[in-house]
Amino acid sequence: MVVGVIFIPIGIAALLASRSVVEIIDEYQTACIPSNYTSNDQRVQYIQDFTTDKICTRLLTVPKYMKKPIFVYYQLENYYQNHRRYVKSRSDKQLLYGEGASLADTETCKPKQLLDDQPIIPCGLIAWSLFNDTYSFTISGNAVPVNKKGISWKSDRYHKFGNVYPENFPNNLPNNENGSLIGGSSLDLNVPLNEQEDLIVWMRTAALPTFRKLYGRIEQDLKAHTQLTAQINNNYNTYSFRGKKKLVLSTTSWLGGKNDFLGVAYITVGTVSIFLGLAFFIVQWKYPRPLGDISYLSWNQKPATS
Amino acid sequence: MEFRFASIFGENYESADDPEETFASHENEPTTESTVGVSWKPKAGVKVDRRLVQVLKESTSSLQRSMVHDYLLTLAACNTVVPTRIKLTSSGNLEMEVANAADDEIQLVEYQGESPDEQALVAAAASYGYTLVERTSDYIVIDVLGQRMTFELLGIHEFDSIRKCMSLIVKCPNGQVKVLVKGADSAVLKKIALSEKTTHIAGERQAQVLLDTQMHLGMYSNQGLRTLVVGVRELSDSEFTNWQRLYAKANASVSERATLLQEAAQAVENDLILLGATGIEDKLQDGVPETISTLRDARIKVWVLTGDKQETAISIGFSCALLTPDMQQIIINASDKQQCHDAIKAAKEAYVQVENRYWTFRASGRIYDFETELPGSPEKVTELSTRPFLQRMKLESFRSINSSRADSGRSRHDRLLALIIDGNSLAHALDKDLEQELFDLATACQVVICCRVAPLQKAGIVSLVKRKSKEMTLAIGDGANDVSMIQMADVGVGLSGQEGRQAVLASDFAMGQFRFLQRLLLIHGHLNYRRLGYMVLYNFYRNAVLVMLLFWYTLYTAFSTSPAITQWSLVLYTVIYTSVPTIVVAIMDRNLSPQTLLKYPGLYKSGQQNESYSRLLFWLTMLDTLWQSLVLFYVPYLTFRHSTIDTWSIGSIWIISVVILVNLHLAMDVEHYTWITHLAIWGSIVATYICLIALDLLTDDDSLVYYGTIFNIAGTASYWLDIFLIIVIALLPRFVVKLVKQKFWPSDVDIAREEEILKG
Repeated sequence: MVVGVIFIPIGIAALLASRSVVEIIDEYQTACIPSNYTSNDQRVQYIQDFTTDKICTRLLTVPKYMKKPIFVYYQLENYYQNHRRYVKSRSDKQLLYGEGASLADTETCKPKQLLDDQPIIPCGLIAWSLFNDTYSFTISGNAVPVNKKGISWKSDRYHKFGNVYPENFPNNLPNNENGSLIGGSSLDLNVPLNEQEDLIVWMRTAALPTFRKLYGRIEQDLKAHTQLTAQINNNYNTYSFRGKKKLVLSTTSWLGGKNDFLGVAYITVGTVSIFLGLAFFIVQWKYPRPLGDISYLSWNQKPATS
Repeated sequence: MEFRFASIFGENYESADDPEETFASHENEPTTESTVGVSWKPKAGVKVDRRLVQVLKESTSSLQRSMVHDYLLTLAACNTVVPTRIKLTSSGNLEMEVANAADDEIQLVEYQGESPDEQALVAAAASYGYTLVERTSDYIVIDVLGQRMTFELLGIHEFDSIRKCMSLIVKCPNGQVKVLVKGADSAVLKKIALSEKTTHIAGERQAQVLLDTQMHLGMYSNQGLRTLVVGVRELSDSEFTNWQRLYAKANASVSERATLLQEAAQAVENDLILLGATGIEDKLQDGVPETISTLRDARIKVWVLTGDKQETAISIGFSCALLTPDMQQIIINASDKQQCHDAIKAAKEAYVQVENRYWTFRASGRIYDFETELPGSPEKVTELSTRPFLQRMKLESFRSINSSRADSGRSRHDRLLALIIDGNSLAHALDKDLEQELFDLATACQVVICCRVAPLQKAGIVSLVKRKSKEMTLAIGDGANDVSMIQMADVGVGLSGQEGRQAVLASDFAMGQFRFLQRLLLIHGHLNYRRLGYMVLYNFYRNAVLVMLLFWYTLYTAFSTSPAITQWSLVLYTVIYTSVPTIVVAIMDRNLSPQTLLKYPGLYKSGQQNESYSRLLFWLTMLDTLWQSLVLFYVPYLTFRHSTIDTWSIGSIWIISVVILVNLHLAMDVEHYTWITHLAIWGSIVATYICLIALDLLTDDDSLVYYGTIFNIAGTASYWLDIFLIIVIALLPRFVVKLVKQKFWPSDVDIAREEEILKG
């Protein structure tokens, strides 16, 4: 009962919060590949071909008024960033101390530990597979700026990533120079890791195979029915494992993003509790048994029943 | 142990209850007075019979007088008691040394013996002026009415269970060689010389004495006294020489010593002159009848396995409330196997299968016939116990068995049955082909008394019950002869008493008094059963819920067993986060107060009915665990399905949720809160938070990954709402089931608990 009384208001509040969030989701991994590439193998070939320009334009409609800040996410599906070996393929010591990290410290980064016998900074599969699609937005030809500062956790920026400059990063090599494919984005060799927030965000590995990562913030309100043009550089290969890529624009509430689950769950639990409570009181009222009445003890009952 | 009756040469003497007479016998024996009076403080109260004292005062050497002399001499000498001198040293310590007759400054003498029976006999003899002063392997010094007499000890035939008697060959100061015999009536009475064979002056009266003595023996044992028969014999020179040869040969023999000694003993232990019998009261300890009836209320079956005679055992059975007059007694004492078989069979037919009829049962010529309807006979046969008989401090054996389930076919009667079976019959009944029959019969009876049981038979009976049923057995005893039984039983309880430490050393639990058994079983047994049962379930749950949670996560990490929860937390989960409440509750929780448990012994059957642990409960708990782990996993999963949540953040939610959940689960089941319990449970949750924060602040190489996680995630509303939701959803089914069960299908324990709480 009490649970019900407490839960239902929480549920309603949560549900309202969730409903107030405006979200635009655009799944583009298929749409951004020319339609003549029909089979998955062809798509993989397309995405791995570094000679083509993979710019893709998507038209998004703002359904409701969106208040700033509007968060821009990319959402990947069927992407197991939480795989045991993937998660371990990093060296936190190297991220913090750069060349101060010994070879033993980067042991976990194999097979992306060394490049031509020189240590890779940042090493490991996570950094190597950094997401490299990029987005830019325009409304009627006017650019809508995306603020990419402050998208990572402060604690990560200040304590986990040092003033370390990338070195020997395989993705920075001209494509196919050493005969292998790049994993993802290159890094700006002139910017220390603790300022490369895309990397910092990426390296906080996602818990679930469907996840969003913050790309940036749009610091202006968008009116309802606005036509927003998104220009996407479709570089990242999710085709070989049939992963989906989505672009998400979302406002936020006190509860975070759009998710009805908490609200619905609270309301359901509250309702069930009230129902059970009522049922209990009704049964209790119909078949009362005085508390602690020793005449109900089994040996006191027996003569009566047998 | 107290000496109560003496039958001397056909004359019955009873220890008077009038304390004034206590020292009457010492009036004219100043020496004895000084020695005995001081030394016998604890036993000075052995009461004397004035008539016997009168006889002793007669200086005439009448036949009666000399018989009394031999009788008391035997009591004082024929034993293995060693007098010990005690004196207080200047430092206040008690110092003991073997008494030495040459030392005239004896202050206190205490008798140390193998059995309290012997001590009682020696004490009795001392009260009549026959004080054992010194014993060595060569001679015995006895203070006879103030006169020191030294007897040369020629040989001892110690007690053994085949001869059932003990004899001593001594040379009296006057040069006579005498055989002093003391033993069980069945054994000694067979060796009595009939008048025509004896050469002793008392011979012609033997037949009459034998009759009188037997009558007295019957009387004593019907009063629950332990009886011994005392005989004497004078050896002629040729007999003595013959015996001496046998005895020397036996002592020199290496391989067949026991057999040869028996032969030697048999050579002299015959043609005895019957001196009389003793009756020793084997006093019940305090609270024995109450304890037994309490145990029976708790549906524990009590079996008594005793070495006493049948009559003694029955009489003790009544005095300790084990037997009641309204019980149907089935008595079996058969001398051969066939007879035994028939008797058991007949008893089974009569009582086990046929109901509601009154029967007179006959076995081997004895008829006992009592019965009545008993109110509320238990439908469940639950356990048994056997118990011995107890003198001031002594019980021989006891065992109890609790079982859980009703033994359907067996106890359908409306009246209580008591089976009384003796050692001879048991020897046959425990044979393979009869034991099933015996077991069926015995388990149908509420009380089983086995008398004249040898130590190994005791173990045999326990083992029979253990093998044939699923019941638990408890054996309690205080003597060395109970050791095998105590070891055989599931639970062995040793009483430390006068019979030495063997039973205690062999036991699982040692107690001072039989009545403590109530507390041991009803309170400690009950509470520990509940705690143990609950803790087994809880610990399975506690660990399974975390492991299942990790497993569900594996399904979403491409089966790579990637841990979301930090390594440290996985380790600390059992060590810090959830351990202390488990320990505290396992030690301190109690569902009912000791007072309530003693007030309603029936509550003990909660254990017999497997209320706290059963296969069903185990699987229900596992089902609950499954549900809780699913809730734990899926609430955060669904909440953060499409979000930026990272591995360590969701792990942080999971670990704190599982810790709070597991501790609240325990808190919900705790039945007796103390401040320590509160501290443990809430303290654990706080400690977990502290640990999590500390872990996320570590900056060493391995922990850096986690740095700062909790500060970021705990700043979101979803974090708190998730934890709250998980706890409520996860515990809801358990809470509802528990509430409904207590409310509408309460167990006896639940009701007693309500009563206790309501009445404060």
